[in-house]
Amino acid sequence: MNGADLAVKALEANGVKVVFGYPGAANAPFIDSVSHSSIEYVLSRNEQGAAHMASGYGRVNRVAGVCTATSGPGATNLITAIATAYMDSIPMVAITGQVKRELIGKDAFQEVDITGATLPFTKHSYLVNDVKDITRVVNEAFHIATTGRPGPVLIDFPMDVLKAPYEEDGEENEINLRGYKLLGKANETQIKKVAQALKKAKKPVILAGGGIALANAQEIIRDFVKDTEIPVIATMMGLGVLPTDDKKFYGMIGSHGTKCANMMLNRSDLVIAMGTRLGDRSVANAEGLEKSKKLVHIDIDPAEIGKNMQPYIPVVGDIKDVAVQLKSALGDYKANAEWCDEVDKLRKDTAPEISKEDNGFVNPRYFLERLSELTKSEAYITTEVGQNQLWTANHYTIKEPNRFLTSGGFGTMGYGLPAAIGASRAQSELPVIAVMGDGSFQMDLPELGTMQQYDIPVKMVLFKNDRLGMVHEHQYLFYGSNYQMVDITGGPDFAKLVDAYGIRSGRVSENSKVDDAIKEMMDGRESYLLIVDVSPYEPTGNALNESRMKEA
Amino acid sequence: MEKYTLSVLVENSAGVLSRVVGLFTRRGFNIHSLSVGPTADDRVSRITIEVKGDVYMVEQVSKQLSKLMEVIKIKTLKESEMVKRGLVLVKIKTNPKNRGEIIEVANVFRANIIDLSPTTITAEVTGSDQKIEAFLNMVEGYGIEETARTGMTALERGANTLKIDK
Repeated sequence: MNGADLAVKALEANGVKVVFGYPGAANAPFIDSVSHSSIEYVLSRNEQGAAHMASGYGRVNRVAGVCTATSGPGATNLITAIATAYMDSIPMVAITGQVKRELIGKDAFQEVDITGATLPFTKHSYLVNDVKDITRVVNEAFHIATTGRPGPVLIDFPMDVLKAPYEEDGEENEINLRGYKLLGKANETQIKKVAQALKKAKKPVILAGGGIALANAQEIIRDFVKDTEIPVIATMMGLGVLPTDDKKFYGMIGSHGTKCANMMLNRSDLVIAMGTRLGDRSVANAEGLEKSKKLVHIDIDPAEIGKNMQPYIPVVGDIKDVAVQLKSALGDYKANAEWCDEVDKLRKDTAPEISKEDNGFVNPRYFLERLSELTKSEAYITTEVGQNQLWTANHYTIKEPNRFLTSGGFGTMGYGLPAAIGASRAQSELPVIAVMGDGSFQMDLPELGTMQQYDIPVKMVLFKNDRLGMVHEHQYLFYGSNYQMVDITGGPDFAKLVDAYGIRSGRVSENSKVDDAIKEMMDGRESYLLIVDVSPYEPTGNALNESRMKEA
Repeated sequence: MEKYTLSVLVENSAGVLSRVVGLFTRRGFNIHSLSVGPTADDRVSRITIEVKGDVYMVEQVSKQLSKLMEVIKIKTLKESEMVKRGLVLVKIKTNPKNRGEIIEVANVFRANIIDLSPTTITAEVTGSDQKIEAFLNMVEGYGIEETARTGMTALERGANTLKIDK
């Protein structure tokens, strides 16, 4: 046995089945050891892809996905994906090789201080200096990544530590984290306060965040809503906590959320925020919400309470427990029926009209509605970042939170395709659909090779408008239509491109042909690219600005 | 803005200080002073940090620090319920004529003279911020060659301690 064998044995003990990664000299001992174990690997085309794959894999299987990279540039290539996982609290364990110990700090070939570089956006990190620590460190890493508020953990292994011969002899490898406190139930006094506030409230609303899905508490919340009839709105990460076509669900809040959800946030007199950071893209007017004294903030991370705004009633605890406590404190409480009628009417009145006439372009909203309908939403769906993401968030019916994978907090272009590969590798029960724009797809292209090499099918939807659409729109709104650095007409011919990888493709530019195109795409299990022509002047559509862009 | 004193017990392991200090920079908090040293239990270090801000900011600093794996325990100490001391070494310009005078000033402040040369005198003062400032003001007129000053370190008054739960 050597250090690498110990690390791999510990990964196996923590239930790891797949490692996504890219090799190099410093993590070569680890890869060598993986090849002698029960763990399979997937070779990505860039380390960043590997880490997004691990993230997607982890979200689908509700485990910490594992990725690996070598020292130096391999490790720094992981950084964007680690930060992406951190911002959305996605569990992940990143394993990097490091130069041997005697070379650390000498600016050796391919040396970088990766624990230092990732310090701001890892939940924790280790530089393992002693082979004796390996098993404990790996055990701790998985414990930290998956418990409490989840997040990425990085383990940096110097090459000589991985190669050091070592035989375990009944060592204590128990995790030893006295500074790490896990929270369960909330303080009963706070629960009582919330119950009292709810009973007094005339216009209560639940704001569901991604923390509910991370806690796997969606069923509990669904029951809670069924019993109390409190209307629900959500942040992007909270989509699917209630199926988005549920009668008690009223849409996503935020700068690109629905008019209805944003108006409800304003009109309500008590907002029960569950598992959300209340980030700036969700709640633009933090001060207003703070001053209105109507915010109940429930979170497992005490530091989230009061970070972006001071709540009227703070509740610290695991939402799984808090929802149960709250239910019992509420008895047979039901939300005010007048308010429920009011929001039902509001939702009806503000429902966007989805045009579907043929004009040479597909309406992406119509496309996504048809995609939901034709697949019955029985699929995992990932998005890139930009218009494609917001169209999907608002118009695809999301039935389960862990089936909608998107980079909410960090807004990472290049996330969607590798995350879809991870999701597809994680299970074979449901198809995986990656919704992309032609900008972000070009950040992912090489991973088509990964998909094909390991036969990991992904159904790719490419909204093609030859633009970086979101910025294009931003320049229309805020820079007097001075469109700069947003034109991406340089190609490639995407059909030929995927053909080069042996992937079939189709193209649709009329709404009337959308159904056939979707059926063709979803037929069979293999990968497919559907190019959907969208107007470059197609607005994202949101509560703040519904105007159609003017042609330049 | 008020000054708050945080007493933080951390694992005595490599990289802890950089995690703690990095968190301040990253989250936009300012460290006024800082001191670190091992405790009676050599596996544990105590970091004493003075921060300037309002009560919400200090609460946020404290919560964010608590999230670090190596932070075992943390407490915001109240001004009236703690003893707090810092230390300064001052090298003062001197000549045979005023040497006695400087030593007299030092005596009033209960400062120790720890080094002498024909042209300098080095004094060590321990005390509160105010006492240290007052001493520095007193000797400024002679000419200060150099100072080296520590961050403040503090303990709660009376029998209260920051104990690690077993």
